Amino acid sequence: MTKLGKWAGRALVTAIASIGLTGVAQAWEPTKPVEFVVPAGTGGGADQMARFIQGVVAKHKLMAQPLVVVNKSGGAGAEGFLEVKGAKGDPHKIIITLSNLFTTPLATGVPFNWRDMTPGAMLALDQFVLWVNAEAPYKTAKDYIDDVKAKPANTFKMAGTGSKQEDQIITAMIDKVTGKKMTYVPFKGGGDVAVQLVGGHVNSTVNNPIEAEAHWRGGKLRPLCIMDNDKLPYTAKVTDSQSWADIPTCKSAGVPIEYLMLRGIFLAPGVTQEQVDYYVNLFKKVRETPEWAEFMQKGAFKQTFMSGKEFADWLGKTEAMHYGLMKEAGFLAK
Amino acid sequence: MEELNSLLHGFSVALTFHNLGFMVLGITLGILIGVLPGLGGANGIAILLPLTFSMDQTSAIIMLSCIYWGALFGGAITSILFNIPGEPWSVATTFDGFPLAQQGRAGAALTAAFTSSFVGAFFAVLLITFLAPLVAKFALKFGAPEMFAVQMLTFCSFVGMSKEPPAKTLAVMALGFALAAVGMDTVTGTLRMTFGQPELLKGFDFLIAVIGLFGIGEILLTMEEGLAFKGKSAKIQLNVVLQTWKELLRYWKTSIRSVLVGCWMGVTPGGATPASFMAYGLARRGAKDKDSFGKGNVEGVVAPETAAHAAGTSALLPMLTLGIPGSPTAAVLLGGLLIWGLQPGPLLFQEKPDFVWGLIASMYLGNLVGLFVVLTTVPWWAAILRIPFSVIGPVIIVICAIGAYTVHNSLFDVIMMLVFGVFGYLFKKLRYPLAPLVLALVLGDMAESSFRQSMLLSQGSLSIFWANPLVAGLMALSFLMLLWPIVPALKHYLRKHGN
Repeated sequence: MTKLGKWAGRALVTAIASIGLTGVAQAWEPTKPVEFVVPAGTGGGADQMARFIQGVVAKHKLMAQPLVVVNKSGGAGAEGFLEVKGAKGDPHKIIITLSNLFTTPLATGVPFNWRDMTPGAMLALDQFVLWVNAEAPYKTAKDYIDDVKAKPANTFKMAGTGSKQEDQIITAMIDKVTGKKMTYVPFKGGGDVAVQLVGGHVNSTVNNPIEAEAHWRGGKLRPLCIMDNDKLPYTAKVTDSQSWADIPTCKSAGVPIEYLMLRGIFLAPGVTQEQVDYYVNLFKKVRETPEWAEFMQKGAFKQTFMSGKEFADWLGKTEAMHYGLMKEAGFLAK
Repeated sequence: MEELNSLLHGFSVALTFHNLGFMVLGITLGILIGVLPGLGGANGIAILLPLTFSMDQTSAIIMLSCIYWGALFGGAITSILFNIPGEPWSVATTFDGFPLAQQGRAGAALTAAFTSSFVGAFFAVLLITFLAPLVAKFALKFGAPEMFAVQMLTFCSFVGMSKEPPAKTLAVMALGFALAAVGMDTVTGTLRMTFGQPELLKGFDFLIAVIGLFGIGEILLTMEEGLAFKGKSAKIQLNVVLQTWKELLRYWKTSIRSVLVGCWMGVTPGGATPASFMAYGLARRGAKDKDSFGKGNVEGVVAPETAAHAAGTSALLPMLTLGIPGSPTAAVLLGGLLIWGLQPGPLLFQEKPDFVWGLIASMYLGNLVGLFVVLTTVPWWAAILRIPFSVIGPVIIVICAIGAYTVHNSLFDVIMMLVFGVFGYLFKKLRYPLAPLVLALVLGDMAESSFRQSMLLSQGSLSIFWANPLVAGLMALSFLMLLWPIVPALKHYLRKHGN
């Protein structure tokens, strides 16, 4: 490439990066592009949400500086978390979390903890649904669980995302209820997992709603129960006859499991309260857009918003819960 | 003929003066993205995605998909000129493309690459247009054992490629597997061979290794050989395109084979990179003059480029119909679709026909526009080799460093790139082949996961690899490929001892 071409290329990137360089200065505001770290690969639930937020922020001009999504998925997300942990006092770096905030340090022993970062806000909680192939004979969670109980261990295969993470933790919880072990087969991303079930290569999954919604609508998958205390509030029909609200809770089906995954924002350690407030406000504005409401409904998210002390307390409680669950399942790093 | 009507409607949407402008802009941006190694289509589209939110939906899709085509085209340029693959699927293009450039035939190599790209993409779009629902069903048949069988087939079709002793090939391949194993083990969820170093958590990225081994290694070699490009004597011939086209007609068999390999790998979704390696391996097997491969055979450029583009294009099919992206770039495009309120999945074709057929129409047009744009620039790209090495050499190193940095935004990767560069130089001096290492590095991870997933599914029984006709057929084909090189040797042996 010629020098000229190279400079043209760079000028172009700069020009694109500086689009939207307007806004009135009040309180603290980012002074350069903000890096939005995703501690997971492209295409997964966290990545989808981060890119969606990037789009909403750009479309509604909520930030004077661009928000740039960067995937740092190495070591089950440890790469991303360690980077934010190391960026002490840098207000131009935020990270979206999934359950690997708790599971990765516990399972791998990589030295980080949510307390090494500054909690920003909880955006929503992601649900887990027990799915089977639509051609399977099971109409209710009870049918399925009874069959698992009746057959020898390892007859049933559960596909999930990653190893010793949320999907496998839930599988271990189900194993405890049935008393029969299922074979857990890890795949790279939630999309792959759903397709494995559609293709009939495994018996069930615990996909997040957004990962399996299209297949449910297409009549390929069947939701059996949802792993929360309450049913979902979304009553708009997804298929001809069912809405998210029609899915019974697992508890009512005799499988007392409750598990929700955090979709939240963290900042680097050592940032000021003013900087935290800026991002908390930014995400409040994001949550008020019509696009966000639609996104929440499509992915059947639980719309809980928390920040400050309330959020920190929730994090402490959830971390303890993960420690307990993972210890019981034998997933802790030695 | 319903498809044809929908497609014509799509063309009417895409073919406005306004949208054609976006096509040219997208292609040009894409080529720049493809030329910068490491920046890649995925990163490029991610950076430019927000730009499109203020545009109307159709124009936005047209521009983004044109960036995708542009990046696919652009990846070949640096592979041929400087032996630096801009994208992982251009690695196989360097095997013959770079020697061609050194012989002063850079123009021919570029023309062959661009034209083959177009042919590959064109046939893949035809496939998407008419067979989408059928093909989507086929993709669902691929579970873990089938995926492993496909990867096995890629390895086996590549065996015997190198003229170096088999022991050397095995050694570098083992090294590739070892490097691929570093980082997170996705099956057990624990870390492997990271020795407590946080930098090693993410493992060795294939692109950084490739930029170092090929790009930096080559620069070190050139420095030793007297700071001169061998391709310097290249004349700027404006009619090089037409001359090369005449030659390309002879390779129609290779083209067809590569299109088939590419479409199949894109849909399953094996991806563009294994497709390009497999097509290269098969082309060499099928050729009469096997020894000319790796020394500057135009056929060796045609095969990987055709397959990579057929795969890159048909990778959009599983994304649209199943919501699983066949490539990282497709994954970012998927994010774009979600923001426009489009949920990819089995119903997208019925729910949003305007969008889908507009996109498909823009695939035809975008590729045509892209071919025109890149072919007109062939003489100029070839002319770069006339710039003195003392000027262009440092520029290449800078581009390589930027490329390595952008993969993970990490300075450690730039250092790793230099380390790989030194290894690349040593390996070339010691006549160790680099291709098997790269192949093992890119496929090692995937093959290992598929194998272990299969073992989990079957509770440790190898019989899962011949449990159904599909997987059994693939495995049989792999072993056939593996044993093929022995056949002539065996014949020779029998003849000698028969007398």
